[in-house]
Amino acid sequence: MTEAILDPLPWLIVLPLAWASLAFLLGEGRGGRLAIAGLAAQLALALLLAVQIMAQGARVHTVGGWGAPLGIDLLADGLAAAMLLLTQAVALPLAVYARAYFSAVHQTHFWPLAGFLLAALNALFLSADLFNLYVTLELLSLAAVGLVALGGKTAQAAAALRYLLVSLTASGAYLMGVALIYGVYGSVSLATLAPLVGGDPPLAVWLAAGLMLVGLLAKTALLPFHFWLPPAHGGAAAPVSALLSALVVKASFYMVLRLSLGVFSPLAEMAAWSLGLLGAAAILWGSWRALRAIRIKMLVAWSTVAQLGYLFLIFPLLTADGPALQAGVMQAVAHGLAKAAMFAAAGVLMLSTGRDNLEGLAGVANRAPVTLFAFSLAGITLMGLPPSGGFLAKWLLIEAALAQGHWPWVVVIISGGLLAAAYVFKVLCQAFLLAPRSAHFNRVPRAMEWTAFLLAAASALLGLRGVELLELLAVG
Amino acid sequence: MNAPARLAVVGFALALAGVLAAAVLDLPAAAVDLRAAVAKKLSASGVEHPVTAVLLNFRGYDTLLEVAVLLLALLGMLAVAKPEAAAPAPPAADPMLRTLSSVAVPLMILAAGYLLWAGAHRPGGAFQAGAVLAAAAVLLHLAGRLPAWASPSRVLRLGLAGGFLVFLSVAAILLAQGALLRYPPEHAGTLILLIEAGLTLSLGLILAGLFLVLARRPAPPRAGGGEEGKS
Amino acid sequence: MTPGLIYALTGVALFALGLAGVILLAQALRRILAFNLMGSGAFLVLVGLAQRDGGVDPAPHAMVLTGIVVAVASTALALALARRLAAGGHGDD
Repeated sequence: MTEAILDPLPWLIVLPLAWASLAFLLGEGRGGRLAIAGLAAQLALALLLAVQIMAQGARVHTVGGWGAPLGIDLLADGLAAAMLLLTQAVALPLAVYARAYFSAVHQTHFWPLAGFLLAALNALFLSADLFNLYVTLELLSLAAVGLVALGGKTAQAAAALRYLLVSLTASGAYLMGVALIYGVYGSVSLATLAPLVGGDPPLAVWLAAGLMLVGLLAKTALLPFHFWLPPAHGGAAAPVSALLSALVVKASFYMVLRLSLGVFSPLAEMAAWSLGLLGAAAILWGSWRALRAIRIKMLVAWSTVAQLGYLFLIFPLLTADGPALQAGVMQAVAHGLAKAAMFAAAGVLMLSTGRDNLEGLAGVANRAPVTLFAFSLAGITLMGLPPSGGFLAKWLLIEAALAQGHWPWVVVIISGGLLAAAYVFKVLCQAFLLAPRSAHFNRVPRAMEWTAFLLAAASALLGLRGVELLELLAVG
Repeated sequence: MNAPARLAVVGFALALAGVLAAAVLDLPAAAVDLRAAVAKKLSASGVEHPVTAVLLNFRGYDTLLEVAVLLLALLGMLAVAKPEAAAPAPPAADPMLRTLSSVAVPLMILAAGYLLWAGAHRPGGAFQAGAVLAAAAVLLHLAGRLPAWASPSRVLRLGLAGGFLVFLSVAAILLAQGALLRYPPEHAGTLILLIEAGLTLSLGLILAGLFLVLARRPAPPRAGGGEEGKS
Repeated sequence: MTPGLIYALTGVALFALGLAGVILLAQALRRILAFNLMGSGAFLVLVGLAQRDGGVDPAPHAMVLTGIVVAVASTALALALARRLAAGGHGDD
C-alpha cells in the first residue's frame, strides 16, 4: 500500500466529529454553515477515496500504528467506498435543505446531532473491528434518536423512546454476540477472524451469529421488527426523516452484508431463505400500508419499510461476485437518494400547504411544480423504471433470480414495483386536483425545492452511470 | 400482551439462556492470545497498566468514539427537553446534607485527581476520576448548592466539549504526522496524561450534566388547560 | 468450574432475564432497567470468558469499560425521553 500524503479514511471520521463539537460550542441552533463546509470537504474526500481504491485496490488504515488484532483497523474496499459516497452525497444537499427548513421552523441542536450521526455513519462503514462496530452503532442510534425527538413534542418523544428501546435491545444482543466471539477466538478483528471461522464452528459461534443477525435486523426494521419505523420516520422533521430513511437504516444492512460475506460466510446459508421470505413480506406489507396511508410522511415511511425488503431479497441469491450483491448495493444507493428526495419533497409540500395529510395536497401542483417533479422522479426509482438506479437494481436482482431458477422472487419484485407505482400516483393525483377556494399556500424557500430536485434527479439518472458504481464495488 | 404470548416469551428466554450456557461451557481454547501481544508492547505504550494501555493507546479510537457517545447523549437530552421548561431553584437544603457536602466534596475532588494520576500504574484513569467528580456535583445539587441545568452557557459548553476536542485535536495532529492516534513512544505517556486530564474534567461535567439535566422539575401546567404532569 | 466460567454463566442468566424484561414489561422505567440488566449480562460474559484459563486478559476489560460508559449514556437518554413522556401533553402545538 503506497503512502498517501492525505489518507482520506481517518479524516472522514475526524472531520464530522470536529464540526459537530464546534457546532455544539457555537450555541443553540447555530452551525449550519460550518456543517455545509465540512460536508463539502467530506464529499471531496469520499470521491478521492473512491478514485484511490479503484486505482490501487482496497486500503487499510491501522489506527495507532499497532495493527489488528491488538489495535483497530479501518478498511476501505469497494462496498465501503460506495456507502461512503452515498452518505456524503445525500448529506450535503440535505444540509442545504435543512438550513433553509430550519429558518422557517425553529430548532435547537440539529447541527451537532446531525454531525455526530454522519461521523457515526462514516466510522461504521470504515470499521473492521466487531467491538468498534458496536460503539459506532451506539453512536448512530443515539444520534438518530436525538434527532427524532428534536422539537420536544410528545408524540415524537414516544416514537423516539420506542425506537431507542428497540435499538438498545438490538445492540445488547449484538454485544452478547461479540462477547461470545471473543470468548471463542480471542479477537474481535474482522480480518483476523475471517480465516478462523471454518465450516464447523462451535455452538457459541452459531449463537453469536444468530444474536448479531437478529439485532441488526431489528435495527434495519425488517419485518417483523418494523413497527418502530413508521412513527419515528413519519413523525420527525423532514430533514431528519430524510437522513434516517436514506442512511441510518442502510448502516445496519451494510453490517449484515459485511458479516455474511466475511466472518460468518460459512454460516450464511442457514438464514438466507428466511431473510428472503421476510424481505418479500416486507415489500408486500409495506407497500400495502403505504397505499392506505392518510398522511404524506407516513406514506413515505411505509414505503421505506417496503423498499428495505428488496435489500433482503438478495440473500438467498447471493453468490461470490454475482449480480445479487451488485443489486443490493445499487438498491441501497438508489433508494437512499430517492427516499431523501421524497422526504425533502414531502417537507416542502407540508410547509407549502400547512397540513400534513394527502387531502391537503390539492392544488399544490401549480404552487410547487419543482417539488412535485422531484417527488415523481424519486417515485421512478422506487417503481424501478429506466434509467433510474432502482431499475438497474431490480434488473440485476431479476437476473440473479432467473439465473438460479427462482422465479417466485421475480413475481415479488414486479409486484413491489407495481404497488410503488400505485402509491406514488396516489400522491400525484391528489396534487393535480384543483385547489379549493379556501386553500392557502405558503412560500417555501427555493433552496429546499431545488435540493429535493437534485437528489431526485441523481437517483433517477443513477442508472446511466451505474456501470462505474458496479466497478467500484468490485474492488476488494 | 396476552398470557400465551407472555408464556412464549418466557419460554424463549429460558431456552436462550440454556443454549447460551451450554455454548459457554463448551468453549474451545482461544486461537488468538492478546495478553502476550499487550505485554510485549506495553513498554512502548507510555503507561504501565495494561488496561489503561489498551483503553487509551491500543484501542484509543474506541475511547474517542465513546466520549463522543457521552457528549451525544447529553446533546440528545438537551434536545428532548420541552421548549418552555424553566430553570428551577435548587431543592431545599437539608443541614446534614450541607455539612456532608462541605466535608466530602473537597475530598472527592482530591480523590478524582489521585485516580487520574494513578491510572498509569494501577486501575484508575479519566473515566473513574470523571465519575467521582460527577458524584461530587450530584451531592452538591442534593445539598442545594448547585442548580439543575436548563441550557448550558458558553463557558459550560466549552467545559463539556473541551475534553473531547483536546482528544480529537491530538488525534488529528498525530494523523497529520502519520496514522490516527499513533503516539510517538517517547511522548506517549505525556500525551496520554494530557488527554486524560482534559477528559476527566469534561467527563465529570458531562456525567454531572446527565443527572442535572434530568433533575429539572417540569414546568407547572398552564392555568385552565392541559393534563396534570407527573414528574 | 473456574470463577471466570461462573461469571459467564451468571451473565448469560442476566442477559436472558433482561431480554424477557424488555419485551414483557410495560412501564418505561422498568424496561430501561431490564435493558441495563441485558448489558450487564453481556459485560459479565466478556469479562468471565476473559479469565477462564487463568491470567487476566486486559482487552475485554477495556471493552467492558467502554461498554459501561455507552450503557450509561444510553440509559440517560432513555430516562430523559421517559420523563418527557411522563410530563405529558401540555404545551404541545
